[in-house]
Amino acid sequence: MTTTVAHLKRGQKGIIKEFADGILPIKLLEMGCLPGNEIELVQVAPLKDPIYINVNGTHIAIRRAMASLIELDIIEDSPL
Amino acid sequence: MSKQIKVALIGNPNTGKTSVFNQLTGLKQKVGNYPGITVEKKEGICKLPRGVKAHILDLPGTYSLNTTSLDESVVVELLLNKNDKDYPDVAVVISDVENLKRNLLLFTQIKDLRIPVILVINMADRMSRTGISLDISLLEEKLDTKIALVSTRKGTGIERIKELITDYKNLSISPNIDSTVIAPEYFDKLKATFPNEDLYKLWLVITQDVNFMPIKRNPISIPSSFDTKSKSELKRLQQKETILRYQFINGILKQAYKVDLNVAKGLRATLDKVLTHKIFGYAIFFIILLTIFQAIYDWSSYPMDFIDELFASASEWVKDSLPPGVFTNLIAEGILAGIGGIVIFIPQIAFLFLFIALLEESGYMSRVVFLMDKLMRPFGLSGKSVVPLISGTACAIPAIMATRTIENWKERLITILVTPFTTCSARLPVYLIIIALVIPEGRVFGLSYQALTLMLLYLLGFGAAILSAMILNKIMNIKSKTFFVMEMPNYKLPLIKNVVYTVWEKTKSFVLGAGKIILAISIILWFLGSNGFSDDFTNAETIVKNRIENQGYTDFHKSNIENSLQSYSIALKDSIDKKVYTIGQASIIDSLRTKETSLQKKAENEEIASYKLENSYMGYMGKAIEPIVRPLGYDWKIGIAVLTSFAAREVFVGTLATIYSVGSDEEETIKNRMAAEVDPKTRKPLFNMASGISLLLFYAFAMQCMSTLAIVKRETNTWKWPAAQLVFMSLFAYIVALIAYQILK
Repeated sequence: MTTTVAHLKRGQKGIIKEFADGILPIKLLEMGCLPGNEIELVQVAPLKDPIYINVNGTHIAIRRAMASLIELDIIEDSPL
Repeated sequence: MSKQIKVALIGNPNTGKTSVFNQLTGLKQKVGNYPGITVEKKEGICKLPRGVKAHILDLPGTYSLNTTSLDESVVVELLLNKNDKDYPDVAVVISDVENLKRNLLLFTQIKDLRIPVILVINMADRMSRTGISLDISLLEEKLDTKIALVSTRKGTGIERIKELITDYKNLSISPNIDSTVIAPEYFDKLKATFPNEDLYKLWLVITQDVNFMPIKRNPISIPSSFDTKSKSELKRLQQKETILRYQFINGILKQAYKVDLNVAKGLRATLDKVLTHKIFGYAIFFIILLTIFQAIYDWSSYPMDFIDELFASASEWVKDSLPPGVFTNLIAEGILAGIGGIVIFIPQIAFLFLFIALLEESGYMSRVVFLMDKLMRPFGLSGKSVVPLISGTACAIPAIMATRTIENWKERLITILVTPFTTCSARLPVYLIIIALVIPEGRVFGLSYQALTLMLLYLLGFGAAILSAMILNKIMNIKSKTFFVMEMPNYKLPLIKNVVYTVWEKTKSFVLGAGKIILAISIILWFLGSNGFSDDFTNAETIVKNRIENQGYTDFHKSNIENSLQSYSIALKDSIDKKVYTIGQASIIDSLRTKETSLQKKAENEEIASYKLENSYMGYMGKAIEPIVRPLGYDWKIGIAVLTSFAAREVFVGTLATIYSVGSDEEETIKNRMAAEVDPKTRKPLFNMASGISLLLFYAFAMQCMSTLAIVKRETNTWKWPAAQLVFMSLFAYIVALIAYQILK
């Protein structure tokens, strides 16, 4: 199973992997949602959807359905 | 005359673009619409050094030149069309220091269009707090531009922008990035086909992706021989372009932009944790809502009462000081009443916009949308529909204007269509008087039946909105992009100046826009109510006077005169007993007689007015529609009141007041008069439980507000949707009221 942004827990980070062409709206890419960029799950709405992420320094809210299209590698928690 | 420099302000949303615009232009600004569409167009004049002037155009906020909304397409439309009268001599890109990376994406796109461009980096005052340091001269060199570091909060850096605009001719116009590398072959072919066109501009024209509403465009006709790429291929290339731009930007910022991450977090994270918390988040939202309601219902009642009295006395004054005649009546009863009907809403509208502006400026609104999105989705609505639905309890007009933030056209349209179901403040006077008439006074669990009925009506309105949204969502087949991407801006202390400008602008546009319609309708109503074609109308005075002489006053006025006289004589006797003043028996009789004459004169005037109305055009219309309203339990008088309140609901009480010739808007008297009204056929009170409930339900659902229809027309750009609203809602109201009356009868 592939890991996506929808799998992140609050405060967890990941690096966006390459994704298939054309599945994400261009607007999301413009917000910095691009392969190689770091993504952090900041908050989850009380009803689990939408989610609030910090990608590349931009804070945005997206719905879970879209989040599950963004594949990533989770950065394991490392003690500082 | 010196030529004005044409300047376009461009930038991402939430970068303080409007603040820069306000500070450059001061109050010398003009807000209008782009022709044919409802995107706001803001322009202003700015004085520059050395006596030069600039015409500043504040373009809608956009994240890039890849359009996904109507607002954004306005920007691209302008920048691609050199013949447009607003085509800028120089573009000023506003960016926010905390989001510089994302903001620069738009900057590089505009730079590549070979338009002279200045970069404004705003919110410089936040740099130390967020641990950001910048190398401005390095940025200027790498981006090949001039930069103004600005803080609109502190008002610094504005002079630098003005200087840069004045010297715009010194700006370089060479592009930042060579986009052709994303598909060299394709661009070579393009160049061969259109040797005279700029390649990046061509690329933007080809990839334009707007299907919200038709905008007139000057497309470059592509010969059929040219092998165009498929949509998905183009999209892939757009992605490549975006990645290319970010590579370029990242390379520069690595050297010129340093951020100390330890300083950066803090307040934002804490506020987010509280405001989007699963309990506190909703609780805080609820408290804010209560405050808004309180302001709209309670605080605004003081200025509203004042306005009401002001117009009433202005109307009196006109009647007293102008020579009597048609013209005076038109001013006093038609125009002044009409203007008063508009102006009275200003306090509520201003309060509403004040709160909305505060919530938006502070960044809180995005959190509300975040909290509510999941709850609204099953109904075909978006989290962004919450704001209009709440505003609708004050007035549907600003609420419908507030739907503009919804980027999905289908969700926006559904929100516009269902918002008028929410119980707006204009329904309140109607509800209050009818509830007082037909709902008994008892209590259950310490709550009065009357208060419960009122609450039920609010819930009914909200329920109808949600339910019809669900139905519309099922039946409407509109293709519209369904993505939801919303920036969560950092929290800011609202700038008072911006809030004041917003409240001023929105209120003004309400008064002028909707006002014209309300004014026209009230003049028409006045005309219909005060003119008639029959002899009965023209001779009303003689007829009524004769009737009074021969048959006496109507039962209502007879008992009214007796009662008033009785209480007057008791009061008089009381005063004499208490020795407030001593007068003889003769004077007492005299005084009583004077009182009686004045009461009779008043009753006579009221009966004449009532008779006139009955025989006016409006009276005939009422009689004509009686068969339609009869099954709902209404007589022709209520029918007229219902008909006139299609202009605005609150007209109902006023119309009944005129019809029942009470001559005063004081609720108690109208209420008594309405209670005394007897159905000639059934011999029972006309306002009983059955007809009362039927009326309440009719007002809960019917689309009775011309101004709302006009706004819906403006926002959807077609008469189709307001017409659908009018027919559907009114038919639904009719059916529900009919069923209720026939069951309860």
